[in-house]
Amino acid sequence: MGERLDRSAGVAEPSTEQNDATSGRAFGSSHPMRSINRVFHGRRRLGVGALLGAPLGWMLLIYIGSLLLLVVSALYRLDPITQKPTHELTNQNLIAAFKFWDPDVWPAIWVFFRTAAVALLVTLLCFLIALPVAFFVAKVAPRWIRRGLVVALLMPLWAGYLVKGYAWRAMVSPAGGRFAAAGQGDGGFLESVFGWTPGFGRMAIVVALVYLWLPFMILPIYAGLDRLPPSLLDAASDLGAKPFRTFRSVVLPMLLPSVAAGSIFTFSLTLGDYIVPQIVNNGQERFMFGTIINATLGAPNQPLAAAYTLWPLVIIILYLLAMKRAGAFENL
Amino acid sequence: MKLSLPARCALAGFTLLTLVFLYLPLAVVLRLSFNPAKSVSWPGFNGYTLDWWRKAWEADGPKEALINSCKVAFVAMILALVLGTLAAMAMARFQFFGRSAVSFLMVLPIALPGIVTGIALQNTFSRTIDLGLFSFRVGFGFHSLVIAHATFCVVVAYNNVIARLRRSSPNLLEASADLGAHGSQTFRYITFPLMRSALLAGGILAFALSFDEIVVTTFTAGSGFQTLPQWILANFSRPQNVPLVNVMATFVMVVSIPLAYLAQRLSDSGTD
Repeated sequence: MGERLDRSAGVAEPSTEQNDATSGRAFGSSHPMRSINRVFHGRRRLGVGALLGAPLGWMLLIYIGSLLLLVVSALYRLDPITQKPTHELTNQNLIAAFKFWDPDVWPAIWVFFRTAAVALLVTLLCFLIALPVAFFVAKVAPRWIRRGLVVALLMPLWAGYLVKGYAWRAMVSPAGGRFAAAGQGDGGFLESVFGWTPGFGRMAIVVALVYLWLPFMILPIYAGLDRLPPSLLDAASDLGAKPFRTFRSVVLPMLLPSVAAGSIFTFSLTLGDYIVPQIVNNGQERFMFGTIINATLGAPNQPLAAAYTLWPLVIIILYLLAMKRAGAFENL
Repeated sequence: MKLSLPARCALAGFTLLTLVFLYLPLAVVLRLSFNPAKSVSWPGFNGYTLDWWRKAWEADGPKEALINSCKVAFVAMILALVLGTLAAMAMARFQFFGRSAVSFLMVLPIALPGIVTGIALQNTFSRTIDLGLFSFRVGFGFHSLVIAHATFCVVVAYNNVIARLRRSSPNLLEASADLGAHGSQTFRYITFPLMRSALLAGGILAFALSFDEIVVTTFTAGSGFQTLPQWILANFSRPQNVPLVNVMATFVMVVSIPLAYLAQRLSDSGTD
């Protein structure tokens, strides 16, 4: 019978009884803590339940409950007069959101696919950048510099989502012209130093998103490479494999779970992201699907927005389950 | 695996480039917060001023937003720590049916994009829940923000504590029980000191995460309450306030990064 931990944090501390050295027992067997111990002893499920009760209850009730309520809310009919959702069930919104054969819905579908494409592109770019960097830090860099490098690579993660989005806006602001945001007519960093900037636009969106999620991809890949036993690589080269072959046949397959873990963030977060894209796009067009959801919500048409939210939600849940199969969750 | 020298140099160079890529935008914002001009052009080495910092300190908007952010982050951090620690203790010590489902559940709030979480929570908070005897509506404001933030901060605390628990030997607890300690003694003398720095690290990271969060916040804050990221979002396109935004963004950055570094050191210091 293994160890057990009761959720004893809430129990009042016992009075200072001295250790009864003669009898060899620390506290009398009538002590309240003993009774609690007796209840939990051998009843593993009770122990698990006591510990998990609060967090699981919270997550299930508040989070999963909210998600379910969201799905249900997509079924409510919007009262056209008060613009508020009623409690009448209708599949009107679902039909409106999923009516893929209706040309009216095609712009939204196009935006969704565009967003998904951007999410895949961002994932790919993050992977392509993170892989050599993580490999360098994990396997090539001398040991003394490794810790410092990892820390240096991860710290920007914590600078803040909005701060980083705003920083890229300051970087790519174009000078003058019709794109100039008021007060930023001279152009941002890239413009004033290099004389060129991609300006507000799609490229800026992709770059900003890569910038945001890159540390999320570097970390799991680094951890995965770190776990790779060097003897494996030595064995491969002993068997005559050139470094690239070793990389392709040994390292990459073993990195699959790590890459899957990293891609969860780069894909899923990009799919729903709309704030930073708007910041670096100067709000010019509805590029990302999240903007459509947000705009629908503000229409106000909450049930329809909820129906639209189902698109990324379903895709992401499927993606998460697929990544779970790939072993990502051991690596988070 | 021995790589050739050119290959190793190339990798080193690429890593260096990546580091520059990561830090350059942040350095630009930092520099701009000291820039007397209101533009975002690179001012080079001319013009340093602390005026904007002083104005930001004096202005009501950013200061109130900052205080609000701190309040929310602090309470959310406490909640997240409690819930995350409980869950981590259960997951680390017991085998039970549904383990992987629980870890999936813990990660979900942070893995799903903010807009999904935000809309879902906003929907729930705006509804009047009728429980027969009484009905209540969560509403919006400080409390709704705390609930929302705590929900996605739990995983941060959970990860830190469970990593620490996994690293430590289970024999310690058994030995403690063998020596006659009951539950709360074991917790107080063995488990808690073991977890202490992991709790601190998880708490710091949860604080930083909540402090900086914007997407879920816009959906769950309501109209009367504004956190610092909300303030930044509302003001970054107003030409008058651009310098203040520079200052506040720099402030967030300069506070969060050392905190995260501290958390990293704490979580490493643990048992080994």
